[in-house]
Amino acid sequence: MQIYLPIAEVSVNAFLLLGLGGIVGVLSGMFGVGGGFLMTPLLFFIGIPPAVAVATEANQIVASSFSGVLAHLKRKTVDLRMGCVLLVGGLIGAALGVQIFNALKAIGQVDLLVKLSYVLFLGIIGSLMFVESLRAIMKSRKGGGVPKRRKHTWVHNLPFKMKFRTSGLYISVIPPIMVGVLVGILAAIMGVGGGFIMVPAMIYLLGMPTKVVVGTSLFQIIFVTAFTTLLHATTNFTVDMGLAVLLLVGGVIGAQIGARIGVRLKAEQLRVLLAFMVLAVCGKLGLDLLIQPAELFELGAAGGH
Amino acid sequence: MLRILSIVALFLLSALPVRAEEIVAGLSQNRVSITATFVGSEILIFGAVKRESPPPQDVPLEVVVVVEGPSAPITVRKKDKRFGIWVNTDAMELAAAPSFYAIATSDTLDNTISKLDDFRHLISVERSIHISDNPFNINDPREFTDALIRIREKSGLYKRLENSVKLAQDTLFETRIALPANLTEGDYRTRILLTRGGQVTSEYETIINVQKVGLERWIFNLAHEKPLIYGLLSLVIAIAAGWGASAAFRMILRN
Repeated sequence: MQIYLPIAEVSVNAFLLLGLGGIVGVLSGMFGVGGGFLMTPLLFFIGIPPAVAVATEANQIVASSFSGVLAHLKRKTVDLRMGCVLLVGGLIGAALGVQIFNALKAIGQVDLLVKLSYVLFLGIIGSLMFVESLRAIMKSRKGGGVPKRRKHTWVHNLPFKMKFRTSGLYISVIPPIMVGVLVGILAAIMGVGGGFIMVPAMIYLLGMPTKVVVGTSLFQIIFVTAFTTLLHATTNFTVDMGLAVLLLVGGVIGAQIGARIGVRLKAEQLRVLLAFMVLAVCGKLGLDLLIQPAELFELGAAGGH
Repeated sequence: MLRILSIVALFLLSALPVRAEEIVAGLSQNRVSITATFVGSEILIFGAVKRESPPPQDVPLEVVVVVEGPSAPITVRKKDKRFGIWVNTDAMELAAAPSFYAIATSDTLDNTISKLDDFRHLISVERSIHISDNPFNINDPREFTDALIRIREKSGLYKRLENSVKLAQDTLFETRIALPANLTEGDYRTRILLTRGGQVTSEYETIINVQKVGLERWIFNLAHEKPLIYGLLSLVIAIAAGWGASAAFRMILRN
């Protein structure tokens, strides 16, 4: 069934969108990630204009994170205070990111920016995750790894300290704000929630306990992506309601299936799989930049350069 | 008095030989509505040649049909290899390029219309693409306009349909022009021209109106006129849809 998307102004198969949403949903449910970093490139591949893909994906992430946060709030695994500090950074970052996005759109480099960001971040995160989970698998084979002790790093020597009771931390607000800003910029430019950057940063940089990390990052992601959606909607008019709803319905159902598959696999194996997937997306986007494209020219909206 | 009148009439006739053959034309539809399930549309353009005197026998009659979508400025960008990766380097702004352009002819384009009349009546798509400023930083502007035409031909927005106008007994003609799903809204100027020996002898013009309707129209207007409300609404709808879908799915699993 073909459906005409009013904002993207293209006609696509509704079942293809439901299916894409479903597949990414299964993966995100399995791995506990938002899946924006997979969905946005997939939308490029099926011919949705990049600006619409990025803005609409932000809209979708808000909705798909919403039910997740409710579950975490019930289990009291959200550090609201930390979430708010991250959020302050996130909102600043998102505003900056949309500015950068629009400036580069005007000079015709937004595709390059989006793709380079993907290659860079997916490459780094994928490799780190791969090495780390391989090490974990080796350790678990040797049997009985030593639990990690929190180290005293430069993070603990900064001013403006604040007590985060839920996380059991007494640290400066500067690092969480910086993490928030970075994630906000990424959310605006790449059309992702940024969980794949924020979760490792919270664990390794801020030293937060793992059980509150996911809930807190989801809490921040909802507000940052909601803000990003509104910014894109009011400055670029690129949020496609119809596209978002179709992706969501597939995505939510997929996520439920994925979560059920996820509990049957071991955490380390899951992480190796996820690392592979991240690196595969990274490799595909990287190759596209390196190989000479069949069509050297492209058309863009007029105005400013 | 009568003599003067007949001289005037003769003079007028010789000055306006084009009036010898006139087009009576019709369209299968002069409104195209873009709805949620719009997958493109095919327009049948048909008509007849009305004449007062028998047609000249020496040169054959040919028909050209041109459908042109609304024009808009556009930027064409060229990629080049920098630091080992392919990035956009040069850009050329075009003041206007039609969003859709179809030429259907009863023979090949070259056999149907002469170069001079092509220029005079702006038939080929190249004539409707306007380069704005003098692009001083571009060595070869032609390369960019060619690229525009190539890309739009590939996506079905520009088409050259040679030998596609059916002409019966030098009088009745018809052609079908497919409009793709990714249409721009606006007035599509539709021209029918008769030619003999490459020269245009008669011209007819009408408009096809393409518009989003219903829900598509409403969403598009809201997004552009009240973007903040639209943005908030899309968030609410998305959250409701996500919640609803997960609740429904859980209910199905429980039963």
